[in-house]
Amino acid sequence: MNLHEYQGKQLFADYGLPVSKGFAVDTPEEAAEACQKIGGDMWVVKAQVHAGGRGKAGGVKLIKSADEARDFAEQWLGKNLVTYQTDANGQPVSKILVENCTDIANELYLGAVVDRATRRVVFMASTEGGVEIEKVAEETPEKILKAEIDPLVGAQPYQARDLAFQLGLSGDQIKQFTKIFLGLSKLFHDKDLALLEVNPLVITDEGNLHCLDAKINLDGNAMYRHPDLQAMRDPSQEDEREAEAAAWDLNYVALEGNIGCMVNGAGLAMGTMDIIKLHGGQPANFLDVGGGATKERVAEAFKIILSDDSVQAVLVNIFGGIVRCDMIAEGIIGAVEQVGVNVPVVVRLEGNNADLGAEKLASSGLNIIAATSLTDAAQQVVKAAEGK
Amino acid sequence: MSILIDKNTKVICQGFTGGQGTFHSEQAIAYGTQMVGGVTPGKGGQEHLGLPVFNTVKEAVEQTGAEASVIYVPAPFCKDSILEAANAGIKLIVCITEGIPTLDMLDVKVKCDELGVRLIGPNCPGVITPGESKIGIMPGHIHQPGRVGIVSRSGTLTYEAVKQTTDHGFGQSSCVGIGGDPIPGSSFIDILELFEKDPATEAIVMIGEIGGTAEEEAAAYIKQNVSKPVVSYIAGVTAPPGKRMGHAGAIISGGQGTADEKFAALEDAGVKTVRSLAEIGDALKEITGW
Repeated sequence: MNLHEYQGKQLFADYGLPVSKGFAVDTPEEAAEACQKIGGDMWVVKAQVHAGGRGKAGGVKLIKSADEARDFAEQWLGKNLVTYQTDANGQPVSKILVENCTDIANELYLGAVVDRATRRVVFMASTEGGVEIEKVAEETPEKILKAEIDPLVGAQPYQARDLAFQLGLSGDQIKQFTKIFLGLSKLFHDKDLALLEVNPLVITDEGNLHCLDAKINLDGNAMYRHPDLQAMRDPSQEDEREAEAAAWDLNYVALEGNIGCMVNGAGLAMGTMDIIKLHGGQPANFLDVGGGATKERVAEAFKIILSDDSVQAVLVNIFGGIVRCDMIAEGIIGAVEQVGVNVPVVVRLEGNNADLGAEKLASSGLNIIAATSLTDAAQQVVKAAEGK
Repeated sequence: MSILIDKNTKVICQGFTGGQGTFHSEQAIAYGTQMVGGVTPGKGGQEHLGLPVFNTVKEAVEQTGAEASVIYVPAPFCKDSILEAANAGIKLIVCITEGIPTLDMLDVKVKCDELGVRLIGPNCPGVITPGESKIGIMPGHIHQPGRVGIVSRSGTLTYEAVKQTTDHGFGQSSCVGIGGDPIPGSSFIDILELFEKDPATEAIVMIGEIGGTAEEEAAAYIKQNVSKPVVSYIAGVTAPPGKRMGHAGAIISGGQGTADEKFAALEDAGVKTVRSLAEIGDALKEITGW
């Protein structure tokens, strides 16, 4: 789960980190009022969406009057912002963050992720702030400094000092950086983050460090112990079908193709998409119905798959390990009848009582094609999707 | 021979009296696994499935001589359960549960390594040595004692590989699901090392998926250390970047972890790769000449 910038900055502030004074507003009036509350004569207004690249897309603006804040809010609230990180429809804007303006002398990067290879939380810092860090990592990997955090003792001040000196910081900046580093590390662990980025971490004209942006990604597995973060969820930023599937405990990811897939197991679901592609078709989705492919879950899965208008055929691929395939076949038949599926459905059942399951499907009188193998299933569904 | 477990391995179950623990313990007993008891705090002294229930893993180890433990407790309690088993002298911990917070696993991994405990999983089907012992949720009947070692990040893809090796009559020496999480207790390399040393394993099937660099690391290891033929399949060629494909660890992020990169690394290491998961058995036949 992702947080908005304003939510991330709220957490930063809670941990004593330097962030701009600002207000997240929902109306043009509040945007104008926010400028007055903040004071000064220059502000930044930022559209709040779960995507990077907002500046280039016109979602961030430097303004000099409350009227401009109102205009910006009017322009964006209720609209979708399209950036290079979103799809063609973009992400809906329902909040604008109004902040006081910061004078920037220099831009740094500071981030942290769970590094799978070292099995540590790893902090990354770079003098190349304000740009895409992936690009820096690819083109000039030597410009990314790293510090691995020992899970048992946590981040230590010496690690912060080491990074700070390498970044070319001096004097009081070293202390400021240490405080930010230790604060972020504590935040990462306290709140079960998966990814954290301050890009840019700026040095102001006065020479002070300041967190100008906040990107936070939370570990979905740990949400049960963070009701406060759960309350920050913004469903409007999530794919509707994916959210609907999640409510039924189904894993669904929308793709561009026209062959709907329903599979048990995440690995097999990916493998099924791949084999469709290998035989010349295009999968419309990833969908894992999980171990217990009951009639109810299968019916819901069909509904979600068919809510995508581009689906021309559906492939159901079930490896019945402990469950019996004849039971699954009954579930599929019931679901197809109940949902009213009117595209061809190819079913491959393997495992317990697979033959019995195939028989049931064949004698159901429905538009269900029982495949004899995985390869056969892929070939049949590709043909069916082409209308052959 | 086999790896990790055989017919003599004494196993306890944590979360023994719960729904999952009960169902899969029954299946394991029926398969022939040496289940010697289970642990459910507060139910010590009772009997379940004809076996003793203990309050703590320590007691269970003292009284049964258990060497392995399988964990079915809910995700919020897994860190505690794994650490309890590790500190009670259990040498092999198999954690089936899905959904453990990643930061919990960072701590757990450090402690298991420190104590010399082998952890398989979490978010995995478990380990089986066909005809001898099964610790986990895999369907025992699709397996056949034989000569292929299978290691995989995915449960159902393991079953596909098992089915194909059984259909070809090759059978399996042992099958290990290392799980779909970003921080697994055991890596491909840990298991490849065991298969390389195991005389019963004549060929290896390694099934990976998108996300992370475990397959690339395994490829480098195979190139240097594995003399047995290896067939590999990687799931997720068609997966879009930035999307979690079911498993917590199956995500292409920052341009890293694509299936194509993994295929390339494995091919460079001399591994026979297949683009279709239906061809694992045929590929084995081809490279072994069986």
